[in-house]
Amino acid sequence: MTVWLIILGMGLITYALRLSLIALLGRITLPPLVQRGLRFVPPAVLSAIIVPELLLSDGALSLSLANTRLLAGIVAILVAWRTRNALLTIAAGMAAFWILGAVL
Amino acid sequence: MNARDEFLAGLRDGLPILLGVVPFGMIYGVLAIGAGLSLAQAQAMSSIVFAGSAQFIAAQMFRDGAPALVMLLTAGVVNLRHMLYSASIAPSLQHLSWRWKALLAYLLTDEAYAVAITHYARAETPIAGSQRHWYFLGAGLALWTTWQISTGVGIALGAQVPARWGLDFTLALTFVALMVPALRDRAAVGAAVTAGVVAVLATGLPFKLGLIAAAVCGIAAGLLIESRRTRPGGGR
Repeated sequence: MTVWLIILGMGLITYALRLSLIALLGRITLPPLVQRGLRFVPPAVLSAIIVPELLLSDGALSLSLANTRLLAGIVAILVAWRTRNALLTIAAGMAAFWILGAVL
Repeated sequence: MNARDEFLAGLRDGLPILLGVVPFGMIYGVLAIGAGLSLAQAQAMSSIVFAGSAQFIAAQMFRDGAPALVMLLTAGVVNLRHMLYSASIAPSLQHLSWRWKALLAYLLTDEAYAVAITHYARAETPIAGSQRHWYFLGAGLALWTTWQISTGVGIALGAQVPARWGLDFTLALTFVALMVPALRDRAAVGAAVTAGVVAVLATGLPFKLGLIAAAVCGIAAGLLIESRRTRPGGGR
């Protein structure tokens, strides 16, 4: 039951954000600080998810070469930076992850 | 163009993006089942929330047993960018009825926004009286249908994908692919680095609040760097 309520709540929040300015245009304008800040939402949120996934294993910091997630993540970041191709990034990162896992 | 031509043009322009959407949808389906959601819940999330990155994070938080309030807050923070799309597309939809606005807002994903805003920007005739909302509807429905079907396929495959494949790692890789193109200037890089560092430092925070703390710090860092660079007489 709780799971359903959470899904419904997330849906409502997402829909409200999408409808917000379409519905309210002309009646409210976003403060300049908010307008400027929204640009930083994607890099900040995504990085906050990625970095712990790459650096932590079982909740502890792991910076050694045995951390295949970190090494594969670096490969993916380089591929994303050079190609800007999402599918290629995921494929290269996954290939590196499997190869390193087999070798190390 | 009339309504029908606009609708078909929207469908057609949505097609190249669908190629990229299909694998994400399938991966989400597999992860959602792996996180312990039922088939119905995993599929319902695709139609009720209909936002790829938020669904990925929700699957992860369901797996980790995060509290409901934190999950809702996180979904709000992750989807804040849709407010930006909403503000940006609003002038093009002002002449429409409430029903159209409500429907197109539901279809306002990252991809549909990108396709629709490009179409609106290149149009030369005035928006009022045009049928361009049919174009938005065509692109939006193409994406919606593809997302539902590809997540369905992922959900069906879900239980058959062995854990040792480490498919949950695609989550981090997907976000790398989404984030790197957003790192367009020093302020954006500063936001990402700050958020990453805070997220690692904040892993001990209760209720999985680390993500929100990290996002807020990252956004603040981005604003700070930007204002230092643009201040007259300051910096370069």
